[in-house]
Amino acid sequence: MESCTNVPRAQEWIIEKLLFLCALISVFTMFAILAMLLFGAISFFQEVSIIEFFTGTKWTPLFKPQHFGILPLLWGTLLVTIIALGVAVPLGLGSAILLSEYAPEQVRKIIKPVLEIMVGIPTVVYGYFALTFVTPILQVVFPETSVFNALSAGIVMGIMITPMVSSLSEDAMLAVPQSLREAAYGLGARKHEVALRVVLPSAFSGVVASIILAMSRAIGETMIVSIAAGSTPKLTLNPLEGIQTMTAYITQISLGEAPFGSLEYRTIFSVGLTLFLIVFAVNLIGHWMARRYWRQY
Amino acid sequence: MIPGRKVKEHALFIICSIATLLSIAGLIILLLDAFADGLPWLDFQFLNSLPSHYPDKAGIKAALIGSVWIVGLTALFSFPIGVAAALYLEEYAPRNWFTSFINVNIANLAGVPSIVYGLLGIGLFVESLTLGRSILAGALTMTLLILPIIIVASREAIRSVPKAYREGAYALGATRWQVTREIVLPSALPGILTGTILALSRAIGEAAPMITIAALAYINFVPTSPFDRFTVMPIQIYNWVSNPIREFHHLAAAGIIVLLGVLLSMNSIAIYIRYRYQKRVR
Repeated sequence: MESCTNVPRAQEWIIEKLLFLCALISVFTMFAILAMLLFGAISFFQEVSIIEFFTGTKWTPLFKPQHFGILPLLWGTLLVTIIALGVAVPLGLGSAILLSEYAPEQVRKIIKPVLEIMVGIPTVVYGYFALTFVTPILQVVFPETSVFNALSAGIVMGIMITPMVSSLSEDAMLAVPQSLREAAYGLGARKHEVALRVVLPSAFSGVVASIILAMSRAIGETMIVSIAAGSTPKLTLNPLEGIQTMTAYITQISLGEAPFGSLEYRTIFSVGLTLFLIVFAVNLIGHWMARRYWRQY
Repeated sequence: MIPGRKVKEHALFIICSIATLLSIAGLIILLLDAFADGLPWLDFQFLNSLPSHYPDKAGIKAALIGSVWIVGLTALFSFPIGVAAALYLEEYAPRNWFTSFINVNIANLAGVPSIVYGLLGIGLFVESLTLGRSILAGALTMTLLILPIIIVASREAIRSVPKAYREGAYALGATRWQVTREIVLPSALPGILTGTILALSRAIGEAAPMITIAALAYINFVPTSPFDRFTVMPIQIYNWVSNPIREFHHLAAAGIIVLLGVLLSMNSIAIYIRYRYQKRVR
């Protein structure tokens, strides 16, 4: 028989190795990302002190005198993220409680796909919405609002990440054993007491994980802030002013505002490395919380 | 005491309903806003014109064809690699530290911000492999970006193939590759295709990594080879939104309608495949 020869066995071996190589591409990608970012960042730090980079309070690489302090960009990212969470956490948790504790199956079947659609809409569309719809409204309410401002970008980013918070939190709440709810009802608890004092605390680490993962998405989001939040890095507490985030800065330089290979150009790799490490750390915490939760039940 | 609790019970329901309605209202207003602004500008001239400094002569043709190039090449690269990786991890991989290392890696890659993939593409494809700011460099970058999504979706589809199918084939003397190719792959294919189409629709909407690769956005020609410079729909939309002249904002909105139209048709195909498959199983 054919299978007694060595040809099929050799073929089997080659195919297994080929498939293995394809799986290895993911490992290669991660190393390539680290290598490219480190390579660019190291050549940048040979000319700019790493201490200035992490402690400086001025970011002006494009005009003299040049300053390379990343704090204004970090603050810009943080400010927009805080505003986004301020929108997404109440909206997301509210929808999650409604879907898991109150809504009948038919309502869930309508609302869930709508929330899923929101995740699939390109972020450039959200950016357009922030600049041409939300900002003009803000300018009516607060006349001192500038055209590019952190608040508008933050609000719209909040709308964008709300479905992430609600769908992951709802999964966590649905996983709370029915017996816990029934025990509480048996003691005479009402629905809001069961939802807020039994389900929410039991699902707490799952809910926190959903918020942390949504936060990591907000930190890495690029187009909304590039379009609506401006390009003036500064340390300000006023959300009605323009700011700049790390991601928006990378976009600005990529669009050709600095000559290829120059020191100004290489800043995007040091900013990119900082962004990558922050998002990586936040994701690690989020996944750790999520795993802890799912092990619980 | 008791009426107070009853009021609170209703209050929580009302608050949660308002939260849900507000998040859905966000989506509806967003779509209405784009359609109201863009629909009057959406005509054949818009679809068939190159970018222009005059709003009423400008169109999305170069960006639309650029997007088709990028998605076509990305599909060509990412589908075989993604499916092969998924087959390896589900059907072949031994349970050891290296396999779990690959798994952790894929999970981490899915969380990397898309702009970081743009930086990877600039360093790796544009500079090191000297592909320049070409369609090919863009498609390769996009391939790395959506591979984790395709792998995760394909693995789920492969895992849902009943074990009995494989055991039946092994009992008849089939080799592992024969089982994988003849039994597992055909049964898992609808699920794999659905996942791939959804991943590709993510690729069409991505702007950030494409901006770092393509940079220059004023492309007044239609690309004809993978080594040409290019623009894609999200970059073109970004470009129009950033233009201070109001008329360009309407062009951006018209571009958004075209982009959403393309996404909607791709998602419909994915849903159709899923639906046909479900019917066949019953």
